[in-house]
Amino acid sequence: MNKCIACGVCAEKCPKKVLDEYNEGLAKRKAAYLGYAQAVPPKYVIDKANCLYFLKGGKCKACEKFCPTGAVDFSQEDVERDINVGAVILASGFRPYDPSKYSAYHYTAYPNVITSMEFERILAAAGPFQGHMVRPSDHKEPQKIAWLQCVGSRDLHHCDNSYCSAVCCMYAIKEAIIAKEHSHEPLDAAIFYMDMRTPGKDFEKYYWRARDEFGVRFIRSRVHSVEPVPDSDDIAIRYLREDGQLLTEVFDLVILSVGMEVDAGLKELAKNLQIDLGEGDFVKTSSFAPVSANKEGIYVCGAFQGPKDIPQSVMEASAAAAAAAELLASARGTLAKKKPTFEEKDVSQEEPRIGVFVCHCGINIASVVDVQAVRDYAATLPFVAHVENSLFACSQDTQGLIKERIREHNLNRVVVASCTPRTHEPTFQETIKEAGLNKYLFEMANIRDQGAWVHINTPEAATQRAKDQVRMAVAKVALQPPLKEFDLPVTKAGLVVGGGVAGMEAALGLAGQGYKVFLVEKKDFLGGHARKLNHTWAGEPVAPYLEDLIKRVQGNPLIEVHLNSEVKAVKGFVGNFVTTIATEGRETDVEHGAAIIAIGGHSFKPKEYLYGENPRIMLALEMDQALREKNPLVMNAKTAVFIQCVGSREPERPYCSRVCCTHSVESALALKKINPDMDVFILYRDLRTYGLRENLYKEAREKGVIFVRFDLENKPKVEQLEDGRLKVSVIDHILGIPMHITTDILGLASAIIVKEQEKLAMLFKVPLNNDGFFLEAHMKLRPVDFATDGVFVAGLAHYPKPLDEAVAQAKAAASRAALVLSQDAIRAGGVVAEIDAEACSGCQACVGVCPFGAISYNEREDVCEVNQALCKGCGTCAANCPSECITLFGFSHKQIYTQVDEALAELEEAMEEAAGA
Amino acid sequence: MPEKEFEPKILGFFCNWCTYAGADLAGVSRLQYPPNIRVIRVMCSGTVSPHHVLRAFQKGADGVLIGGCHIGDCHYLRGNFMTIKRIRFLQDLLKFTGFEPERLHLEWISAAEGPKFVETVRNFTEKIKKLGPSRLKQVKAA
Repeated sequence: MNKCIACGVCAEKCPKKVLDEYNEGLAKRKAAYLGYAQAVPPKYVIDKANCLYFLKGGKCKACEKFCPTGAVDFSQEDVERDINVGAVILASGFRPYDPSKYSAYHYTAYPNVITSMEFERILAAAGPFQGHMVRPSDHKEPQKIAWLQCVGSRDLHHCDNSYCSAVCCMYAIKEAIIAKEHSHEPLDAAIFYMDMRTPGKDFEKYYWRARDEFGVRFIRSRVHSVEPVPDSDDIAIRYLREDGQLLTEVFDLVILSVGMEVDAGLKELAKNLQIDLGEGDFVKTSSFAPVSANKEGIYVCGAFQGPKDIPQSVMEASAAAAAAAELLASARGTLAKKKPTFEEKDVSQEEPRIGVFVCHCGINIASVVDVQAVRDYAATLPFVAHVENSLFACSQDTQGLIKERIREHNLNRVVVASCTPRTHEPTFQETIKEAGLNKYLFEMANIRDQGAWVHINTPEAATQRAKDQVRMAVAKVALQPPLKEFDLPVTKAGLVVGGGVAGMEAALGLAGQGYKVFLVEKKDFLGGHARKLNHTWAGEPVAPYLEDLIKRVQGNPLIEVHLNSEVKAVKGFVGNFVTTIATEGRETDVEHGAAIIAIGGHSFKPKEYLYGENPRIMLALEMDQALREKNPLVMNAKTAVFIQCVGSREPERPYCSRVCCTHSVESALALKKINPDMDVFILYRDLRTYGLRENLYKEAREKGVIFVRFDLENKPKVEQLEDGRLKVSVIDHILGIPMHITTDILGLASAIIVKEQEKLAMLFKVPLNNDGFFLEAHMKLRPVDFATDGVFVAGLAHYPKPLDEAVAQAKAAASRAALVLSQDAIRAGGVVAEIDAEACSGCQACVGVCPFGAISYNEREDVCEVNQALCKGCGTCAANCPSECITLFGFSHKQIYTQVDEALAELEEAMEEAAGA
Repeated sequence: MPEKEFEPKILGFFCNWCTYAGADLAGVSRLQYPPNIRVIRVMCSGTVSPHHVLRAFQKGADGVLIGGCHIGDCHYLRGNFMTIKRIRFLQDLLKFTGFEPERLHLEWISAAEGPKFVETVRNFTEKIKKLGPSRLKQVKAA
């Protein structure tokens, strides 16, 4: 594997073609192949099951014959290894539902009925059709596409998957939008669905945009049949509209939004590990320990735990890492090896002496680019002290040779003209470091990936381009000073703001890994809103868990609880914060290396549906209280009504509060338990019992809870009757006529909001979204981090979420914070920005553009300053500085100007010649 | 002297994380494009200042192509927001000075979009060929 240079000759020469599973079988690959274009590391492999050598007993070997580096080894075997570990994390994901079992949709019979996974590949730039949106049968661009939702989900007729797969609504919307963007003609995109489930952060707005801006048609219907249109490749869909009309529409392409399933192999694995699987064969976990399987030391995250999307999977991944890290805290670092350090020679006062190594890359570069000519040309450039060709610059031998040449010729800078710095810069930097040079005194000229390989038919031009890129690299590196890296100490303590479930779990997560924690709570008690919750959706009582949690926090010697307290001021940065905590007038300064914001949410108090005017009208948590206290209004009720989306999914608050559908269904079931004859109605817009929660919805329907849908335009009306009871009127969505319900109690599923978050956001320099929730660094990939290093978010302050998800996110935040605290020092410097205080006018143009809050204005000196511990080296500030007094090390203005000049130099000469003539 | 076909000089500023990687992918996929371009790798498209671009035109570049990550995919979160602003401003400025604004082009190309990279470079090179040599070059040469 070390010898493979990813040139692809093996795949080119391999005679055996097989279906490419990465492209869902829509394209072919060779038996010698790269998993996918961006595979890391980029190493080709041989597919033993299809390779002719293995099939035909020793014949072929074309790849071996043509491989320029001798990287093909047919004698390699799978190796079994025993590894001793203290914990196991199961992150084995899901398998998309296979609709070929599903005869109704004729997936196997009609080529233009495809799965959403196949469509993803069709849309991909690196996919089977290079990103051109075409349908499989005739490669024609479709003008009418239908998505059918809930294929393999919420369905006990055709498969055994009663659960909701939680991600399909969103991906169908995404695919519809991308398809519209890809389409050359106006595309008609229609999504057939039962409930549109977009309960994630900012998902609802995305749904609205698809509908209102992109004109995606959302059709609420479970499709009746899918039939071919005679004499064409088109597909006819028959469906029943909500008003009872049976319609037929013809589409060019039908996409089945397939759900998630647990792979059969995983069931075997679970058996071997002796862990229990629950509903749908997902790993059984408790809401209070959402990433722990029921055997100590085995953790689970992602879709093997339950159907879920990327942000939730990433959160759980960090949470599982935290759980394992807690268990293994005492063994931390015992298996880590330290990198050797090398003495660095001070070359800052020397004139540049540059060595240029021009790589052949076997024949990859040399067959197109005249590498000798490039080498000879390099020798003529200023400051170049040594030039050399090498067959493979990246090989071990050449690395040794480069080190030798550095010593021999007293080189103080190195340029390698070969492949791409994206894969090989670190290798060469390491080499020159070992030879005593600062690793930044290095530059690459990309003459393979952006040279020989892309100008195969114009070798002269490719050689010219290679010369130019080498000249630019030489000129740039000549201006490169050695860059310093330095270590900043880390205060090994965490601050957690908020003493609810998320805050306490985060605090325990950090303390469990051995770090001191300051837990700040505004109220005079711990527990937050969880105190008002009766059960989780899975039926687990919350109170005993909460009591225990509070006890564990209070009894933990590493956790210092500050009740009646608020964060007053924050100074410092990652690894080195000093926060002032104000407690009833007293102020305490605490030092910590990381902070977690977990201030929770509040229920929105509506001004509609007569809320606050009648004790029979209760918000979700008030209903919980009434149930807990056995309030006669609830105990004796003969009829109950719930209204959903109170204050949510409206223009004023365009987000779904995520928990309310499940909570109302749960409360409805609790009422049915008290009195099975009670008439319980849930008035909803889309029922969003995502994931395994769907089973609760199913149970409610089975127990006779009546679900009535309404539209935002026709919200229910509530009147008070003379006897104090209530009359709720709503337009029945099937009959289209008003329906009147006289009810004893009315539950309002009101929105979840955040309060008093602005001040905290300002103190920690972290952003909020338009709905007032804290805005993470990346919606999908960094769901608990802020762009500002060392500050994290968990719980409802991030977005409304149920208890199990809040616990997972809290553990995730603890994991991310521990990543900071576990380091002895934070490495800073290298490619970072610096402001020349002499030249800075203090205009602060840089302060606002820094995405990481790394630049601050020093009022006393009237200059701006970069905190290099926070700087990520993007250089946006440098480009924005009107006086160019900001330097991004390694990409200075002077270096960029020089590269520009050199890139166009010959031209300049030609022009000057012309002008002089 | 026989008329040689005009071969424009094009300068590319590509961000390290997306477009530069997309250009590499074009190579790995052996997709071919005209060799008129010279590339400066920058960490973020937001690193490219108006001065850098103007310098390129001053020195006789016939076209400048800037490549960054798609909006929302920026490695530095929102560096490319700045790029949009700068390019719009620069295109206006170029127009104001009587210079063809289309000689400056911005494209979002991800690390996976090798084919898009090639298409962009091809189209841009074609466009610049049609526009002819930069007038700045002609003025200077005259």
